Amino acid sequence: MTLGSVPPRYKISIDREQCMDCGRCIENCSYGVFRREGDRIITESRKCTACMRCIAMCPRDAINLKENPVDYRSHPVWTREAREDVIRQARSGKIILSGMGNTQNHPIIFDRLLLDACQVTNPSIDPLREPMELRTYIGKKPSRLQFKKTEAGDVELETKLAPNLRLETPIMIGHMSFGAISLNAHLSMAKAVSELGTFMGTGEGGMHRKLYPYQNNLIAQVASGRFGVNVDYLERGAAIEIKIGQGAKPGIGGHLPGEKVSAEVSMTRMIPEGSDAISPAPHHDIYSIEDLVQLVRGLKEATEWKKPVFVKIAAVHNVAAIAAGIARSSADAVVIDGYRGGTGAAPKVFRDHVGIPIEVAIASVDQKLREQGVRNEVSIIASGGIRNSADLAKSIALGADAVYIGTAALIAMGCRVCGNCYRGLCPWGIATQRPDLVSRLNPEEGARQVSNLIKGWTLDLSELMGAAGINSIESMRGNRDRLRGFMLDEGLLEVLDVKTVGA
Amino acid sequence: MCGIIGVIDRTKSRMDGSCIKAALSLMNERGSGDGAGYVAYGIYPDYADCYALHVFFDNMEEPKEKVDEILQKQGTIVHQEEIPTTEQPGLKKVHIPWRYFFKPFKDQIGGSLGSEDDLVKDIVMEVNAGIKGALVFSSGKNMGVFKASGWPEDVANFFRIEEYEGYIWLAHNRYPTNTPGWWGGAHPFNLLDWSVVHNGEITSYGTNKRYVEGYGYKCTLLTDTEVVAYLFDLLGRKHGLSKERIVKALAPPFWDEIDRMPPAEEELNRAIRLTYGSALMNGPFAIVVASTDGIVGFTDRIKLRPLVVGETENRLYISSEEAAIRVIEPGIENIYTPRAGEPIIGRFNE
Amino acid sequence: MTLRIDAKNMHYTPLNQQIKAAVADGVKEIVLDNVLGQRFIADGLRGDDVRIVINGVPGGDLAMLMNGPTCIVHGNGEHAPGNTMNSGLLVIHGSAGDAVAHGMRGGKVYIRNNIGYRGGIHMKQYDLDARPVLVIGGTAHSFLGEYMAGGLVLVLGIGLEKSMTDRGIGSGIHGGEIIIRGEVEDHLLGVGAKKFEFTEADLERIKPEIEGFCARFGLDPTEFLDTNYTRIAPSSSRPFAGKYVWE
Repeated sequence: MTLGSVPPRYKISIDREQCMDCGRCIENCSYGVFRREGDRIITESRKCTACMRCIAMCPRDAINLKENPVDYRSHPVWTREAREDVIRQARSGKIILSGMGNTQNHPIIFDRLLLDACQVTNPSIDPLREPMELRTYIGKKPSRLQFKKTEAGDVELETKLAPNLRLETPIMIGHMSFGAISLNAHLSMAKAVSELGTFMGTGEGGMHRKLYPYQNNLIAQVASGRFGVNVDYLERGAAIEIKIGQGAKPGIGGHLPGEKVSAEVSMTRMIPEGSDAISPAPHHDIYSIEDLVQLVRGLKEATEWKKPVFVKIAAVHNVAAIAAGIARSSADAVVIDGYRGGTGAAPKVFRDHVGIPIEVAIASVDQKLREQGVRNEVSIIASGGIRNSADLAKSIALGADAVYIGTAALIAMGCRVCGNCYRGLCPWGIATQRPDLVSRLNPEEGARQVSNLIKGWTLDLSELMGAAGINSIESMRGNRDRLRGFMLDEGLLEVLDVKTVGA
Repeated sequence: MCGIIGVIDRTKSRMDGSCIKAALSLMNERGSGDGAGYVAYGIYPDYADCYALHVFFDNMEEPKEKVDEILQKQGTIVHQEEIPTTEQPGLKKVHIPWRYFFKPFKDQIGGSLGSEDDLVKDIVMEVNAGIKGALVFSSGKNMGVFKASGWPEDVANFFRIEEYEGYIWLAHNRYPTNTPGWWGGAHPFNLLDWSVVHNGEITSYGTNKRYVEGYGYKCTLLTDTEVVAYLFDLLGRKHGLSKERIVKALAPPFWDEIDRMPPAEEELNRAIRLTYGSALMNGPFAIVVASTDGIVGFTDRIKLRPLVVGETENRLYISSEEAAIRVIEPGIENIYTPRAGEPIIGRFNE
Repeated sequence: MTLRIDAKNMHYTPLNQQIKAAVADGVKEIVLDNVLGQRFIADGLRGDDVRIVINGVPGGDLAMLMNGPTCIVHGNGEHAPGNTMNSGLLVIHGSAGDAVAHGMRGGKVYIRNNIGYRGGIHMKQYDLDARPVLVIGGTAHSFLGEYMAGGLVLVLGIGLEKSMTDRGIGSGIHGGEIIIRGEVEDHLLGVGAKKFEFTEADLERIKPEIEGFCARFGLDPTEFLDTNYTRIAPSSSRPFAGKYVWE
């Protein structure tokens, strides 16, 4: 073979002094890194994905992991990644598949936005003893109210409110399908959102019957593959989301590999076991904005206009104009997924090079909707790379109504972002359908951890708002005056409509 | 920190500016000498059907010509003059205060062109955002704002406040914080009939500003209070909400209170919060707003700023401090403090 | 009990509300007269013994998500009739537009004449109870059965020299089968689609569909009961398995 092998990505080593030979690493590693030979545990580093399961489970801290143990000749242009991608494609002639979000070392705009706090001229509000309102309604709002006089002479409200989702905190969990992730992962998150009074997306793989008890907190997704979609499914969801695109891979569809289509996945998606579940790039009944209107209204007709319908798009260059079109489609919310959004599997070139950051997408969509007087027609849900409560607060200050988290919720269940989801061997029981691996994730514990995370962020957000002298989330939304840009260029500051620090 | 006072005479008996000047001056501890202002309703009975446009000009050359041109294109200038002033040692005259009595052409309005008020609003926005050296700071009918940088007495004496007689007066004593002490930044803020005096700071300004800008208002005065005038104009004049409902939108009940209301009331309050979430004002404030048909005072939802109400048979007073009311009405008996977010409304007798 | 509704100038929302309310009241047959462009008729409608007769030209997404009823159209269909249909029967005494039976997962759609592009696209099947069937009396344009994941598409080519002359048949197909009367030229097949010999066993299997279709339109089924068909099915149930290499 003229190409030979590339160096291993990771080096796993065992501290023999510490190791007590218990074999937990062997049991836990689903990638086959560890094996017993005689009385010794042997490692095969080349199989390691840095999922960290062995390290987390080792009772003696005896396992060590090093990334890139072999150096290449350093070169600023021909990085290790660039060279290895060439080798991989030269060897295979195929598309390089990758998991999780964008790995490009672009500056993160969130980290260059700073939040404000009160000093003297207005008081901070202490969320412990003063009211702090995070309740958020997602859906269409009237642009103004009309009143009428009753025969008795009373004035009463004439305007009818459209159905809205009521969130107790502006954090929802985005759509990750059953199939891409396990039933126990779905159950963990569904229990958490039910307890917290917020919502979770089912993803495009339908709704497993074990999720029915939580259906009032679930958003049913209709993607191009229409998996598991029938009128029962739509009626179960608290809302319906049409998935047009995804931040990790704008413009292309998805394929759930046949290995992951287990009996339960097959039943929930209503497709044969073991066959690829293919979601085409476009919805083949939507080739234009007026076709989207037709699908939005078709879903509303089927559910008698009782459910809010969301439309999710990837943040692409023209996102603001597209969102403005969606705002006129009868849709109730637009979900914008930034280019740092996660995925089970995406072609690497898409994951790393297509789309725009969520921060600018929120800013330009909010601005465009306001300019066109349709901001109340749709709520804005931001997703794709929301890592912590600061990202959450900044998203809202830029103009989002709420956020979807994805990767953060997975990390709360054990995920270490190794990015090998598409292989179906997730040793944390999340991105797998292998029963022995799935059983590692206890839905009760998973639910508690996910719920803890959202509670923690909610407390953080309350404190940040209190410090800014704001006691209601409405006054945070689109309040870009409470943000300053640090080391952002003029063009970006203008798009974000944020002043520089010191101004 | 600022001091505010407002009064309405329900019988439309007119009061000259001397009392309000004395009341405001009592609250000098609340100000810093960087701005004071007064607004009075009913002061131009001779031009009652004209829009009284008060303008600060930096000079009488280019800015004045441009304003004249805009006005003459869209209506008739019935009368114009410099607002009479008396130089004060403690007050530097940095602008020339001018007033126009203006009537829009009838054929410029109606249908898609909007009302007479819309036309005047657009003129105000156009001048303030577009003409350097000109600022329209008062644009209602039979009313006028008088304001400048300085202490209350100096500003009152400069504008000869005692020579005006009105049935509504609002006054404000400024201690600027976030924005500079300049003439345009002094209160009251006005658009058409609406005049606002405000004590506090609006932490939701960014949200409120983006909201009203979506309706063609332009926030040009570098201070948060301006947006309150536009919110009242939008919700009150354009959307037709009553003063009670406007206050419900700007300082709504908490969700847990709404949840406990009877169904119809719950729905109404939920509808107001959903529809007007971007108009909700946060942060510490006590505000008094005047319009042709009365005044309304209210505070933020958790009462971070003081507000005192005094009532006599014919008059309603709203002020930052009781003492200011007692300067005018030493023997007043009915004095109370309203609840947070509760609108205090003064109307004329039928 | 039959309910007649004059749909002239009616918007689809009140029309569908009337239909649903009538079905809820136990009406078994509803006849809609003067239908012209109303979309979403019978959208999400349930009721295995309910019959909807449409006189006129209904708008797009006819019988979308429909779950059980029989819907008969005396006229042509528009864009995507039978979209994501779950079960029941849709009969069109005429032709229909693009994306007929899009994402359909059960029930039957019979089109007497021709359909547009991408007919039967992404039809899928879970088990025998949920097996969608699309029968086309005439012909179809390109990309018939594209991305098909299950079910049956049958093209009879009635009155035509060649049943199919458009390209991209079964492009990306990974489940189900497309059966076309007569020969199909190789260059008309899409990526991932493969021709198989049509056997007597195949004929036995599709015989009920042929008979059912002919019965609806008053045709003689014996004319179609031979093995002069081409069967097109996936070359693999994993059409994309070989496209990727891991990072």
